[in-house]
Amino acid sequence: MTVDSAASPRSTLASLRRLGPYVRQVRGPMAWSALAALGASGAGLVIPLITQRVVDSIAGGAGLGPLVPLLVLALLVGLAEAALILVRRRAIARPTATLEKTMRDDLYAHLQRLPLAFHDRWQGGQLLSRAVSDLTTIRLFLAFGAIFMVVNALTVLLGAVVLVVLWPPFGLVALGLVVPMVALSSLFEGRYKSVARRSQDQVGDLATRVEESVLGVRVLKAFGRGPRFTTRFAAEATELRRTEITKVKILAVLWAAIIALPEIAIGATLLIGGIGVGQGHLSLGALVAAVTTVVYLQWPIDSLGWLLAEANKTASASDRYWEVRDAAPTITEPSHPRPLPTPVRGALSLRDVHFTYPDATEPVLRGVDLEVAPGETVALVGLTGSGKTTLTALVPRLFDVTGGAVLLDGVDVRELSTSVLRAHVATAFEDPVLFSASVRENVALGPVEVTDAQVREALEVAHCWEFVQALPWGVHTRIGEQGLSLSGGQRQRLALARAVVGRPDVLVLDDPLSALDVHTEAEVERALKQVLAGVTSLVVAHRPSTVALADRVALLEDGRITAVGTHTELLATSAAYRHVISSDSAEMIRT
Amino acid sequence: MTAAPTASTGPQSTPPAADRPTQSWRGVASEDTDTDDLTVSTSLALAARSRALLGSLVRPHRHWAWIALVLAVAESVATLAGPLLIAVAIDTGVPAAIDGRTGPMVWIAVAYVAAGVASAGLRAAFLLIAGRVGQDILLDLRTRVFRHVQRLSVSFHERYTSGRVISRLTSDLDSLSELLQQGLDELLFSLLSIATVTVVLLYLDLPLALVVLVGFLPLLWLTRWYRHRSAASYRSNRAAIAEVVVAFVESMNGIRAVQAYRRERRNNQIMDEVGGRYRDSNARAAGLLATYAATLRAVGNVTLVVVLGYGAHRVAAGALGIGVLTAFVLYLRRLYGPLDQLAMFLNSYQSASAALEKLSGLLDEPLAVAEPDEPVALPAHVPGAVRFDGVEFAYSSAPERTVLHHLDLTVPAGQVVAVVGATGAGKSTVAKLLARFYDPTSGSITLDGVDLRSLSDADLRQSVVLVTQESFLFGGSVFDNIALGRPGSTRAEVEAAAHAVGAWDFIELLPEGIDTDVRKRGGRLSAGQRQLVAFARAFLADPAVLLLDEATSSMDVPSERAVQAALETVLQARTAVIIAHRLSTVLIADRVLVVDAGRVVEDGSPDELVASGGAFAELYAQWEHSLA
Repeated sequence: MTVDSAASPRSTLASLRRLGPYVRQVRGPMAWSALAALGASGAGLVIPLITQRVVDSIAGGAGLGPLVPLLVLALLVGLAEAALILVRRRAIARPTATLEKTMRDDLYAHLQRLPLAFHDRWQGGQLLSRAVSDLTTIRLFLAFGAIFMVVNALTVLLGAVVLVVLWPPFGLVALGLVVPMVALSSLFEGRYKSVARRSQDQVGDLATRVEESVLGVRVLKAFGRGPRFTTRFAAEATELRRTEITKVKILAVLWAAIIALPEIAIGATLLIGGIGVGQGHLSLGALVAAVTTVVYLQWPIDSLGWLLAEANKTASASDRYWEVRDAAPTITEPSHPRPLPTPVRGALSLRDVHFTYPDATEPVLRGVDLEVAPGETVALVGLTGSGKTTLTALVPRLFDVTGGAVLLDGVDVRELSTSVLRAHVATAFEDPVLFSASVRENVALGPVEVTDAQVREALEVAHCWEFVQALPWGVHTRIGEQGLSLSGGQRQRLALARAVVGRPDVLVLDDPLSALDVHTEAEVERALKQVLAGVTSLVVAHRPSTVALADRVALLEDGRITAVGTHTELLATSAAYRHVISSDSAEMIRT
Repeated sequence: MTAAPTASTGPQSTPPAADRPTQSWRGVASEDTDTDDLTVSTSLALAARSRALLGSLVRPHRHWAWIALVLAVAESVATLAGPLLIAVAIDTGVPAAIDGRTGPMVWIAVAYVAAGVASAGLRAAFLLIAGRVGQDILLDLRTRVFRHVQRLSVSFHERYTSGRVISRLTSDLDSLSELLQQGLDELLFSLLSIATVTVVLLYLDLPLALVVLVGFLPLLWLTRWYRHRSAASYRSNRAAIAEVVVAFVESMNGIRAVQAYRRERRNNQIMDEVGGRYRDSNARAAGLLATYAATLRAVGNVTLVVVLGYGAHRVAAGALGIGVLTAFVLYLRRLYGPLDQLAMFLNSYQSASAALEKLSGLLDEPLAVAEPDEPVALPAHVPGAVRFDGVEFAYSSAPERTVLHHLDLTVPAGQVVAVVGATGAGKSTVAKLLARFYDPTSGSITLDGVDLRSLSDADLRQSVVLVTQESFLFGGSVFDNIALGRPGSTRAEVEAAAHAVGAWDFIELLPEGIDTDVRKRGGRLSAGQRQLVAFARAFLADPAVLLLDEATSSMDVPSERAVQAALETVLQARTAVIIAHRLSTVLIADRVLVVDAGRVVEDGSPDELVASGGAFAELYAQWEHSLA
C-alpha cells in the first residue's frame, strides 16, 4: 500500500465538488439533460392528475364524451414524457463519455510529468485502478446518478406540492416523507464513504498483484510459485469480499428504511384521505390522485439509497483521482529558462554532485566532480551499486541532484527547459524498454519529426537494419509485447538506435553492450565508435571492451570519482580499477 | 485540456497500404484481430459458455440462492398487496367512511403499512443474503481466473499479452462487481413483479388485463432488439478498454524512456486515440440505452391511456368498480414506472455479461502445457540426467519456422554444459524447453528417464530452475525476492544464499539491508544487482538442474567473477545448462555446444573446441582480443 487510506476528512460534497472543473465542461448538456429530466418528471406527475379527472368524471356519471379530450391529453403528455427521456439521455451520453476521457487524458499527461521518484513509490495497480475503475465510477455517476439525484429530489418536492394542492392536510404526509429522508442520508454518508474508500484501495492492491503476477509470470513459472501467488491473491481478494459485505450490510439497513418510508406515507394518505372523503372534505378522485402521486414518488425515494451509495463511492473515487493529480511534479520547469549557447558544444560538467534517494538517509553520490569536454567520450566504471546508473539519470533530469550541479555548456540543467535539455541529451538505459508499436515508432520515440532516412541511419549504426529488414513488415512491423518479440541483444541495439536517431549532442549510455553476443558486440562497438566521434558521451561500462570506446575513464567509488585517466593509465596506477575491470578471472579459470 | 493531435509533431511515415493511417504508430502484426473477439454469429455459443460458467459458480451456493429467491418472491407478493388494499379502500372503505364508519379505513391503512414494512424487511434480508452469495461468487471467479492465468502456458501469455490479461482481471471483474452492487436485485424484482402483477391483473379483470398483455408484445420485441445490439456494442467496449489499459500500463512501466525521450506528447496523442475509441463505444452504448428507455416509456404510457379509456368505458357500463380501475392504473405505474431506470440496470447487466463472456473465454483457454493427470513421482534426490530425444520445436506463433531441428542430446547428471551461438540460433529455446515453458513439437525431453510431460509441476520446479536475463523482481524486500526461491526459508538460509553468490556486498549497503523495499519491479536496484538477487533466488532453490540464460549479462566484472567462483562450488554435483554471450562464463563448463540455426554444430570440452579450430575457436580468439 502506498496511500494512506484512513478516512479522509473531506466530506462527500467537498470531494464531489472537486470534480467541478470537469463537470463545468459539460454543464451545457448537463443542464439540458436535467431540464429534460425535470420536464419528464413533471409530465409523469401530470398523469395522476388526469387520472383524477377521469375517475371523478366517471364517478359523476358524466358519460364517456368528456373523457375523450382528457385521454388525448394523457396520450400527448405520455409521449412527451418519453421524448423528454430520450433527450435527457441523448444529451448526456457523449459528454459524460468525453468527460471521462478528458479526466483520464489529464491524469495520464500528469503522470508522465511526475518524476521517477513518484513512479518508484506508487504501485502500478493503484494508478491503473484510478485511471480505469475510478473514472468509470465517476462517469456512471454523472451520467445517471447525479441527474437522478437532483431530479428525484425535485420530483419528491414537486409531488409534495401536488399533495398539498390536492388537499392541504396531505402536506403532513409530505413532511413525513422528506424529513426522515434527509436524516437518513446524513446519517449514512460518513460510514459508507470510508468503507467505499477501503474497497477501492483494495481493488487497487489487487490490480497491483495482478499486474505483477502477469508481468512476472515467467519467473513464477520457472520457480513453480504460481500456486503460492494464487493463495496470496485469494487472501487479498477475501479481504475485499469482507469489505464488500460490510458495504452490503450498511446498504441493506438503509434500503429497508427507505423502502418502508413511502409505504407508510401511502398508508397515512389512505387513512386521512379516506376519512376526508367520508367527511366530504375532498373528492374520491382527489384521493385516487393523491395515492397515485405517492405511488409515483415511490421510485424516486427508493432510489435514494442507491444514489447515496453511488454519490459516496464517486466522492471517494474523486479523492483517489485527485491524490495523484495533486502530486506535484518536482522536476519543475524553470520560470525563466535559459537558452543554450548556440551552437551547442555539448560540454558536460558535474560539479560536487550529491544525491540521496527521497526516502533514503545515506547518500548515493557524495561530491562527484567530472568534466566531459565537447566531443569526448568518458567511461564511467565502478562496482555494482556504486551509483553509476543514478548518475546517468541526473543528466536528463529524471532525478534532480540534492547538492551541487550538472551543467550543460555551462548552464545548470535545472535552468534549461526540460524539453530543450532532453532534446540535446539522449539516454539509453540498461533495460531496453520496447513499446507495443512499430519499429519506427520505437526508434523515433520523441516528438521531433524524424525522416525515414534518419531512422534507417540510426538502425544501421546500431546494427539493427539487417534484422529489421528481415521482419515481416520491415520498420512497420509491430514489436513489443503486443507484437513480435525480439531477443535481448536485438532490444538493446534498438535502444541504441533510439538514442542516436536525433543525433544528440550528448549521449548517456548505461552499459549499452551488456546483452550482446561477441559477434554483435564487436560490430556495435565499431559502429558506436563512429557515432561517439564528435559527440559528448558518458558511457557506463562494465567491460574492458566498452571501456575501449572511451577517451578517458572515470572510476566511481563510494559516491565520488576517485580516479580519472586512460584505461592503460588506470590499469597501471589504480588497484581499485584493476579490481573492477580486469578480467584475470578468465586466466584464473583456464589454469 | 487534451493535447490536440498536431500533425506537425508526429513522426510522418509512409504506412503500408494495409494499414490505417491513424494507427500507423501501432505497426503491423499478423494477428490484429483479438482472438477472443468473436463475431455476432457465434454469440449464442458464447452465451452458453458464460451460462455454464455462471452455473458452476452458483452451484455451491444454490441453497442460499434459493432462499434469496424465495425472499424475493415473498417481497414482491407483499408489495402486490398495496394496490389491492387501495382498491378495497376505495370500493368499501370510503363508502363506509361516508356512512360515518371509519373502522374499515383504519384497518385497511394499518394492513397497508404492515405490508409495506414487511416488504422492506424482506428486502433487507434478501440484500444481505444475496450480497453474501454474490461476493462469494465474485471471489470464487476472481481466484479461479487468477489461478488459471498462472497455469496457462508461456506461449499463451505471449499471444494473449499481459495488458489484456490485466484488463480481464481488473476492469472485467469490476463490471461484474458493479452489477452485483447495483442492479441485480432491481432487475430480479422487476422481472418478478412483471410475473406477479400479470397474475393479479388477470384475476382482477380479464379484458383489461388482455390490453396490458398486448402491450407486453412490443416490450419483448424491444428488449430483444436492445439486448442484441448492446451485446455487440459492449463487446467492442471491452476490447476498447483493454487497449487503454495496455497503453497505460506500458507507458507507466517504461516511464524512464518516456521522459528521457520526451515521448509524453506522442503518448498523449496515442492515449487520445485509444481513449477516443473507448469514449465512442461508451457514447454509442449510452445512446442505444436512451432509445431503449424512451421507447419503453412510450409503450408504457400508451398502454396506460388505453387502459384508462377502456376501463372508463367498462366502469360506465357497470362491469368494473372504480377501485379496481385505480388498482389497475397503480399496477401499471409499478410495472412501467421504474422501467426507465431499470433499463440502466439492464445496461450494467449487459456490460457485465460481456465481461463474463471474456472471462469465460479466458477460463476456457486450454492448458497447452498441462500437468499430467497421473504424474510420475521423482525420488527425493534427483541426480539430474537430462536427455533430448529427437526434439523438434517451432513457436506456435510462427509454426513454419522450425527453431530446433531434431536435437539429440544427452547430459549426464552433474555435467555443466554451455550453449553458445549467434542471436536467434535457438540457445534460449533449449533452456525454455528444459524448463517446460513449452513442449517440443515432436520428440521428447526426459529428466532421469522421466518425460517432463509426465512430471507434476511441483516436482519439475523443484528439480529444474531457469534464471533468465530479465530478472523480474516483485514488490517487497530483497529478502522476499530471494526467499521466493524456497518459501519458508530461514533468514540465515536467505542470507547464506546472498553471500554465496556475492550479492551480500551491495545488500549490506542498502538503507535497510536485506529488508530494503526493492520498489516497483526492483527499480531501486541496478540491472546487475537485480541479476544477483535473481541468482541468489535460484541458488536458494537448490535444484538438481540449473538453467542460466544470460543470467549474468548485466553484472560488472567483480560480480560476475564472484558468481563464477560461486558457480564452481554451486555446480558441483549439479547439472547445469549455461547460455552466455560472454566466454568467461562459458569456460567454466565441462562441455560446450555451438548452436547454429537450430542445429548443434560443435560439441566438446572448451579446450577441445579451441584446439579444433572451428567456430568456437574463432569466437574464443575474438574474445581474447577484446580483453587486451
